[in-house]
Amino acid sequence: MLFKRKEFLQIGSLASASLMMPKFLKAFEKKAAVPPGNKVMVVLQFSGGNDGLNTVIPFRNDIYYKSRPKLGIQKEQALQLTDEAGLNPALPFFKDLFDEGSLGIMNNVGYPNPDHSHFRSMDIWQSASDSNQYVTTGWLGRYLDAQCDGCGKPTQALEIDDVLSLALKGENLKGLALQDPKKLFSSSNERYFKEINASHDHEEAAVDYLYKTLSETLSSADYIYEQSRRHPSSQTYPSTQLGKNLKTICSLILSDINTKVYYVSLGSFDTHVNQENQQKRLFTELNDAISAFVKDLKSNNRFEDVTVMTFSEFGRRVAQNASGGTDHGTANNMFFIGGGLKQKGLLNPMCDLNDLNEGDLKYTVDFKSVYATMLHNWLAADDEKILGKKYEIMNFV
Amino acid sequence: MSISNQLKNQHLLWRAAFGPMTENVNELPGVSQKELYKILEKTSAKKPDELNVASGTFDGLMKGLQDLGQMQKLTQDQKKQLRKQSVDDIKNLNLSWLAEMINSEAQLREKMSLFWHGHFACRVVNIYFQQQLLNVIRQNALGNFGDLLREVSKSPAMLSFLNNQQNRKQHPNENFAREVMELFTMGRGNYTETDIREAARAYTGWGFNVKGEFVNRPFVHDTGSKTFLGKTGNFDGDDIIDIILEQKTTARFITAKIYKHFVNEDVDEQKVEHLAEKFYRDNYNLQKLMNAIFLSDWFYEEKNIGTRIKSPVELIVGVRRLIPMQLQKPEAQLLFQRVLGQVLFYPPNVAGWPEGKNWIDSSALMFRMRLAQILTNAEAFLIKPKDDDDTMMGMEGVDKNPKANQLQTNVDWGSVIKVFDKTSRENLSQKVNDIVLQTTNSVNASVLKRYVDNTSREGFIKSTIIELMSTPEYQLC
Repeated sequence: MLFKRKEFLQIGSLASASLMMPKFLKAFEKKAAVPPGNKVMVVLQFSGGNDGLNTVIPFRNDIYYKSRPKLGIQKEQALQLTDEAGLNPALPFFKDLFDEGSLGIMNNVGYPNPDHSHFRSMDIWQSASDSNQYVTTGWLGRYLDAQCDGCGKPTQALEIDDVLSLALKGENLKGLALQDPKKLFSSSNERYFKEINASHDHEEAAVDYLYKTLSETLSSADYIYEQSRRHPSSQTYPSTQLGKNLKTICSLILSDINTKVYYVSLGSFDTHVNQENQQKRLFTELNDAISAFVKDLKSNNRFEDVTVMTFSEFGRRVAQNASGGTDHGTANNMFFIGGGLKQKGLLNPMCDLNDLNEGDLKYTVDFKSVYATMLHNWLAADDEKILGKKYEIMNFV
Repeated sequence: MSISNQLKNQHLLWRAAFGPMTENVNELPGVSQKELYKILEKTSAKKPDELNVASGTFDGLMKGLQDLGQMQKLTQDQKKQLRKQSVDDIKNLNLSWLAEMINSEAQLREKMSLFWHGHFACRVVNIYFQQQLLNVIRQNALGNFGDLLREVSKSPAMLSFLNNQQNRKQHPNENFAREVMELFTMGRGNYTETDIREAARAYTGWGFNVKGEFVNRPFVHDTGSKTFLGKTGNFDGDDIIDIILEQKTTARFITAKIYKHFVNEDVDEQKVEHLAEKFYRDNYNLQKLMNAIFLSDWFYEEKNIGTRIKSPVELIVGVRRLIPMQLQKPEAQLLFQRVLGQVLFYPPNVAGWPEGKNWIDSSALMFRMRLAQILTNAEAFLIKPKDDDDTMMGMEGVDKNPKANQLQTNVDWGSVIKVFDKTSRENLSQKVNDIVLQTTNSVNASVLKRYVDNTSREGFIKSTIIELMSTPEYQLC
């Protein structure tokens, strides 16, 4: 008889047994329960173009306040990180992360010839293409293609949503989108689908492709549901959509599932009017959800194995507009959250407000270089093959 | 295996039209492909009525604006209102065109128009522009490709989408010139970067006014000499289009794309070459090209039947052609398009929708397999796609009350049942199968048997149709 040891240990550490165990033993026990080296990346997409300048605030810069007489966040309100940078006041937990060394901030990330249209710029970020190129696959989908040849289940990359983003669509393999494991399970658990799938004989390529997708979906749905139930999170999460989604992600990270990449979105950050309230509302949702997520990971000793990466399709114009908002811009900052960061804090210089292109920031870091770093250093993948080109690998993870 | 006459006719109807419809499905075994195609050709011969859905509100907002400069002077609120009205009107345009695809006689024309809608992919939130471009496409869908190309190139929608309004003598913008060559006519590898720059110079001055009319602005046009694809002269935009049409490679590029879309993703080089030669000789006559395809014998070969993955729009329209219904909430079809990845007027980028396997992922397939059930009220839909800032489609997601998520369609099952009036009980299953599916093999009969409703003849027919539509096989045509 095969006794699945890892499971046994984890259950032991969670339930009543832990009460009776001496402290040092408990710590040891938990450590042993961590699947070694199972690195996970959580991509958090800020949809709509988050205003980076009011996220990481250059409070010593006069140009910032001159360009934003109404919207600029005063030094006293910003959560001070360094003597030149502060965080949006709605992100106190990010300040805690910064102070303890679990937050990295990459400034001024973008790409050449930036596009100001939401869908086009998002297309460029998700496909990791040049701005004059049209690519029908996403960078994480190509990660699946490169990494997962012969994988049994398409659960290596999961998106917590009803619809799968381009980012997770590869040439041959695609990630799986689910709003929650139970819903996927019940919608795919119809006996009819299972039976027609089971009775399918080999046929022409087109039908076979569809049946292969069906079959993978059905088995993945069972697998994900089963895994998600094994480690119901004991942590309280906010009842927001992001809170629920991160809870789902954490329960899967704590299971034995083979998922390496999770993808989740928050929005809409398209703050043309009344930016202050809208950004504050979204950041509060973000702050509280990430806080619960990090606590959950830490109490299960998995924080070192997880890196959360945030991005948005573009930042916003340096100058405010006439409606208490900002219009579509270019370069932006990205957050990296995790217990396994090699470099922390501000990872590079802040953007240069003296050197603008028609009122927009000039990027200094190509986002594809960030992707290459995550793929190469964190996921141990072939970044060149996935991105089609060698980009500079940085050292933050 | 021998392919039945009915299957061949349905093949023609799925590719040259949006699938068989209830009303004539019983006539299909008795006509030849040639006869059927002649009907399709004839019903699509006349110029279509223009779709005009721009609302009075939008008209009112636009009225009084004498030029584009004044548009800049609108207040933020006015601009926002204009945009919102435009988004709403584009939804109406979407649903009106969808209704044409479902109900129009001019099936071949609408089918070709959908192809061109993806080929000349354009995403601008301006109802005047989108409406005008759609009408240009529908009018020229079966006409001369040169005319179609020229009219599309001069449409405010495309000029605006590809930034030609900003293409001026002093500051050339190459976007328009590049996409015209790369995506609309020749394809990569048949021109140089210099050709793009020279063409961009020739296109300087092409723009539009606030009424949505093409204007040539001589004061920003570069009148110098240009060298394009080996020719030198003081070219303007029309000359560039003429030179592009002189290239045989343009005929080949368009023919190959049409073959892939209408016949088979796997291109038969020889056939495409042959068709392209003819297309070029016929001076880009699209009707003749389509006739050559649909009247050929090879189009009806087994390898071409039931092997194409339906696009989301083809899938939705196909169900509605076979099962007549009235939707209480037609706007739900916008949500379906969203979830399945093809919202009309919102292509992913100027390259259009990638087809084939690109339509399929786990969640999309599961939704596809539920579509017929959802459309016929058998099931509620509980789905909420992410916010989309560009489209701001404003569609509400899941309603807390499960009843509200039922479509409450009025399905005309009576007409469907009537199709089977002369079919004996033991042949019913087979007949439904023959009408619904295009694939060589069907779903395992014994499985199907366990899920159909055997309590009445009506129930049996209904449930067999729905079950067959809820299969991977039904995704193909």
